[in-house]
Amino acid sequence: MSQQRNRLATGGRIDRTRPLSFSFNGKHFEGYAGDTLASALIANGVRLVGRSFKYHRPRGLLTAGSEEPNALVQLGTDAASEPNQRATQVELFDGLEAVSQNCWPSVGLDVGAVNNTLSRILPAGFYYKTFMWPKSFWKYYEHVIRKAAGMGRAPESPDPDCYDKMHDHCDVLVVGAGPAGLAAALAAGRAGARVLLADEQSALGGGLLGRRAEIDAAPAAEWIAKSISALQAMPEVQLLCRSTVAGYYDHNYLTIAQRLREGSDPGRRCDKPRQRLWKVRAKQVVLATGAHERPMIFRHNDLPGIMLASAAQCYINRYAAKPGDIAVIFTNNDSAYEAALDLAEAGVTVVAVVDVRTAAESPAQAAVRSRGIEVLYRHAVVAASGRRRVSAAKVMALDDSGESVSGAARTIRCDFLCMSGGWSPAVHLFSQSRGKPSYDASKACFVPGQSVQAERSAGAARGSFALAECLTEGHEAGVAAAAAAGFQRPGRPAKPPVAAKVDEAPLQPFWLVPAAPPGAPLNKHFVDVQNDVTAADIALAAREGYRSVEHLKRYTTTGMGTDQGKTSNINALAILGQTLGADISAVGTTTFRPPYTPLTFGTIVGRDIGALADPVRMTPIHSWHVANGASFEDVGQWKRPWYYPRPGESIQDAVNRECLATRQAIAILDASTLGKIDIQGPDTAEFLNRVYTNGWKKLEIGRCRYGVMCGEDGMVFDDGVTTRLGEHHYWMTTTSGNAARVLAWLEEWLQTEWPELKVYCNSMTEHWATVGIAGPFARQLLSELTDDIELDPKAFPFMTYRAGTVAGIAARVFRISFTGESSFEINVPARYDLALWNTLMTAGEQYGITPIGTESMHVLRAEKGFFIAGQDTDGTVTPLDLGMDWIVSKQKDFLGKRSLARPDMLREDRKQLVGLLPVDPQEVLPEGGQIVTDMDQKPPMNMIGHVTSSYYSVNLKRSIALALVRGGHKRHGETVYVPLENKVIAANVSEPRFYDPEGKRMHA
Amino acid sequence: MKKGLKKYSLFSLVRNALSYHQHWQEAWRSPEPKKAYDIVIIGAGGHGLATAYYLAKEHGITNVVVLEKGWLGGGNTGRNTTIIRSNYLWDESAHLYEHSLKLFEGLSQELNFNIMFSQRGVINLSHNLHDLRELSRRVNANRLNGIDSEILTTEQVKALVPIINTSPRSRYPVLGASLQRRGGVARHDAVAWGFARGADARGVDIIQNCEVTGIRRNGAKVEGVETSRGFIKANKVGVVTAGHSSVLAAMAGLRLPIQSYPLQALVSEPIKPVLHTVVMSSTVHVYVSQSDRGELVIGAGMDAFQSYAQRGSFAVIEHQTGALLELFPIFSRLRMMRQWGGIVDVSPDASPIVSKTPIKGLYLNCGWGTGGFKATPGSGWVFAYTIARDQPHRLNEPFNLERFTTGRLIDEHGAAAVAH
Repeated sequence: MSQQRNRLATGGRIDRTRPLSFSFNGKHFEGYAGDTLASALIANGVRLVGRSFKYHRPRGLLTAGSEEPNALVQLGTDAASEPNQRATQVELFDGLEAVSQNCWPSVGLDVGAVNNTLSRILPAGFYYKTFMWPKSFWKYYEHVIRKAAGMGRAPESPDPDCYDKMHDHCDVLVVGAGPAGLAAALAAGRAGARVLLADEQSALGGGLLGRRAEIDAAPAAEWIAKSISALQAMPEVQLLCRSTVAGYYDHNYLTIAQRLREGSDPGRRCDKPRQRLWKVRAKQVVLATGAHERPMIFRHNDLPGIMLASAAQCYINRYAAKPGDIAVIFTNNDSAYEAALDLAEAGVTVVAVVDVRTAAESPAQAAVRSRGIEVLYRHAVVAASGRRRVSAAKVMALDDSGESVSGAARTIRCDFLCMSGGWSPAVHLFSQSRGKPSYDASKACFVPGQSVQAERSAGAARGSFALAECLTEGHEAGVAAAAAAGFQRPGRPAKPPVAAKVDEAPLQPFWLVPAAPPGAPLNKHFVDVQNDVTAADIALAAREGYRSVEHLKRYTTTGMGTDQGKTSNINALAILGQTLGADISAVGTTTFRPPYTPLTFGTIVGRDIGALADPVRMTPIHSWHVANGASFEDVGQWKRPWYYPRPGESIQDAVNRECLATRQAIAILDASTLGKIDIQGPDTAEFLNRVYTNGWKKLEIGRCRYGVMCGEDGMVFDDGVTTRLGEHHYWMTTTSGNAARVLAWLEEWLQTEWPELKVYCNSMTEHWATVGIAGPFARQLLSELTDDIELDPKAFPFMTYRAGTVAGIAARVFRISFTGESSFEINVPARYDLALWNTLMTAGEQYGITPIGTESMHVLRAEKGFFIAGQDTDGTVTPLDLGMDWIVSKQKDFLGKRSLARPDMLREDRKQLVGLLPVDPQEVLPEGGQIVTDMDQKPPMNMIGHVTSSYYSVNLKRSIALALVRGGHKRHGETVYVPLENKVIAANVSEPRFYDPEGKRMHA
Repeated sequence: MKKGLKKYSLFSLVRNALSYHQHWQEAWRSPEPKKAYDIVIIGAGGHGLATAYYLAKEHGITNVVVLEKGWLGGGNTGRNTTIIRSNYLWDESAHLYEHSLKLFEGLSQELNFNIMFSQRGVINLSHNLHDLRELSRRVNANRLNGIDSEILTTEQVKALVPIINTSPRSRYPVLGASLQRRGGVARHDAVAWGFARGADARGVDIIQNCEVTGIRRNGAKVEGVETSRGFIKANKVGVVTAGHSSVLAAMAGLRLPIQSYPLQALVSEPIKPVLHTVVMSSTVHVYVSQSDRGELVIGAGMDAFQSYAQRGSFAVIEHQTGALLELFPIFSRLRMMRQWGGIVDVSPDASPIVSKTPIKGLYLNCGWGTGGFKATPGSGWVFAYTIARDQPHRLNEPFNLERFTTGRLIDEHGAAAVAH
């Protein structure tokens, strides 16, 4: 195990009593609890962490936070492996394993780095200009390009971990627990508001964790600790660490991704989920999201060892890890001077501060100078050198305009370089809330503009970078948010926490270090380090006309990496503005999209996976079907018995047996999935009259009627039987798959178009269960189980309904038939369903009662020519096309009627429902087969229709089919052809009724 | 290629590298709008730019302007999931999309702009018996229409896409699929840029940041358009403004049978290639492919409400991701990098309107719903024909505006059971 050679002897918020061992690229290291992977690597002197996307350039750590573009690692192994993890956000744990990505064979020696040598002919968008010859070769070029693309690897087996979700409401959601966020939470909490404070880091404190500052005349750490205990003492306040507010949606709906533990927990233990997604509806939101420091753009500014000044400061103060021994600092503002002092304090030799500004009097600058650190005013780092880490900075003087450099170059040796190009408020969530950021020229950054939703920004997130301002603004935002949510602190107002005001010399915007020597082309001035986009690429895009920020982004890929440009976007916009000679405010920003940082898919899904991916609906008799070997089919969310194979039976054998039993003995069918809608109210008859194509005004109590519903377009949408149970009480049935859609359809009309109708619909699909018995012995069987329903066909004719008792259970019995046999549909409250079924099975044994599945039901109804909505229709079929003129009323109006009068509905060559009898009666047509009349044509062939339903009918001892055929009603007797991949089946067009066309059996 | 346009090639890349890429031409000009044009195209999306390109190329009409209120290619062209296929059920659709697919096949060379059309195959999955019937119907229709299409068994799906979950125990098991090998994806921005560059080189003016605020008519005849940069006279105006078609048509006094909905999409972080084919399932609602950058590009559903807000919504994404992980369990630890929404114009039959209108000189190209990208070149081609000749081409004749009154619909949502 190697020594932590860059670990400071004291300090830091790490627990030196808890050493943790980890491996990086196969080498073993040690760190401490409280470290991130990044800080542990720095403590161990590891500089080279990864390779860039395009040129495979060596890269180290740029930042210490969630904005990190470079240090992406593959974490963990096998199924628990995770690509593209930011080392700056991975908390160290014992046994952590991580490797560098996008490099082969190793991060030190990477073959892909050849791209770097070729970089001159691979500028932004080069791929749009080449790989076009020869035409057929793109697939080979692409193969190579694809291999080079991507970063980490997907795991190779399913995720062993479990994820969770939480819904929450709060009065005030505070995003970010830095000085502004903590002050806001305290203020809102004290006012009595229900506060949720979320922060992405492992500890509360935000940027304060990496700085030496004083609040209320004590070290900031003390104030943080006091604030946390104060908040924890408030029962209505919830504190969430490791919780990234990822998305800000409409109506103050926000998502928070909470990391509950690192690594993986084998065995999918759902009592210990890995991550939890909070879905929060907040009355008020305070955005205290802080700001991101910007890099300086100079030649080779991407070398390992070049990092943001605030990052170096954070590694020293928070983790007691020294990024190196000799530092050069390059800045355009005062904040880097604070970093310089902290570095010097920690024993780093700060050889120079290079400042693009002219000398000014500010306490920070004076303090640096008084420590004997050389400050080079009006100078710039024009280039860094070094192979796999920075070893020197080349510094030149800036001329008055700042647009070019002059004089002799001075080379300053160093082993790391800190830079600060100013700060960009993290306006991401504000922008997601639909707010428009506006450019503040005095602060050289985009700040939140007008609020669109109930939110306010505070502190660095709105460009107030000084600690004193963060605290007061946070406090004020907390008070205001609580008040807006209805909470005002009684008595005198609480005092905000106080920090000393520090005078700062103003920042000087400085977006791009001029090329050196003057006139040389810009080369390797990196703007987006993850995607290897340089200043020259941006200039090229502008030159070629890609001048909108969105074009720039898409053409150069700047800001399109996993960091979504947190450290690069503003620099890119400014350089585009400079190139175009336009103001940065005129250039504008691209749209910030959710999520703030990438969101694990598992977290988005939570528990809704596997068996819970979509609810499984089962009838009360399901267990019986399973026990009796049923094979199931999915019908919407329902599991329906498809057929009941006996040992050794094929599906056709089973279906043949079930179909014969129906016509010769008795069949029993679980029809509980049928949609059932209870409709009541004095206007129900009028309502039905409008939604069905036939008349409903004269239906007597106790009678059933079959109806077809059309959409506004006149196309068949659903069908079913509706029964009048009482004066103002009806019972509608729908197809299984359409139950919800039909109810929604009825409600849409009732609520939006006909609110004057007094009609009330309720879904009863799962309250009532339905068992159908059909066949010559059905009446006999039923008679043995009821003594209060008269079953004689004259007393209880076809298409009527009776209430009574069946097998001792209060039941509604309907004489309706889908099989064409004499049948009874017995409805009982769902909890009695299985008892009813069992009784029927036992009593029916002597008659050869046979359970049948959906497949037999489909065969039997096809023998009768009954269509199935959605199978024999497809949204383009009218009732007339089905040959059901009799059901379309000419007297009254109904939904779809006007559409049926359109010219196209009257064409004679519309596709119409017909029967098909294959010439070879043993040959079954495939459903979906297309029909032609002329087999001599070549594609495109003239298709006149298609096979919608097709079966072997054991009752008819031949194959039968239903089809939609152009002008089909006039084609009866014609021979048509169904050309398949390797054969052609000929069939004769017929009436779509093959069995008992007069319907004697079902009326019997 | 038009004279004056400097050709893109490996050679030109090398040559320009020597001068540090200082001498590349603008891909398109940014001219001042003239006072009058022969034809105004409203909307510089892929379809509008393709229309202008083919007006110049196929019909020799170059006094054309394309007006864009934002930046070219910034609407649905730059927001879709880039899937291209032609395996549609209805003859009318199949012929139109097949024409488009054929144009795509030579487009990089024709435009001298690599649009990266990758014919890696499109798989449509079936999860229940109803799906299988519809699959067979569509594949049979495709075959007889001369469009490549084949049926895959579950095992063949697994062989082609090893990472897909084909377990019979999954909630909606994969029972089979169709495959169109010539289908695939293309780089969406490049399609817009390539057409823009090609049209510009032929003399078409493309005016960005120029919003049309009114369509001026004289009785039943178009006279021109009011814009944020003044009135522009033209006797022919083509409206190609997906997501906003009803708004533009209303400026001319036309009420369209169009509803506009946000459609959701997202991408993952880039990972090394694991998915080499486009996989679509309309039953569980997943469309996914992996881009050449390595991102998983994932199409989700529409919001349940009508809106013009181009916003990502979370509820749709949640539902969609569940289905995604059912199909691809190894994606669970990968991460969503970005989500967004685009506005789709949906017609009553889910088929487009590419048509003349009752107003002379006003032409409409809209209603592509969720599937317009794949039609880009074909749509532009037939629309250019329609405008140039003042009569529809045989391929778009069925996609007329009158069909909603005659009833001759091309009902893709009822019939195809395949999302676009």
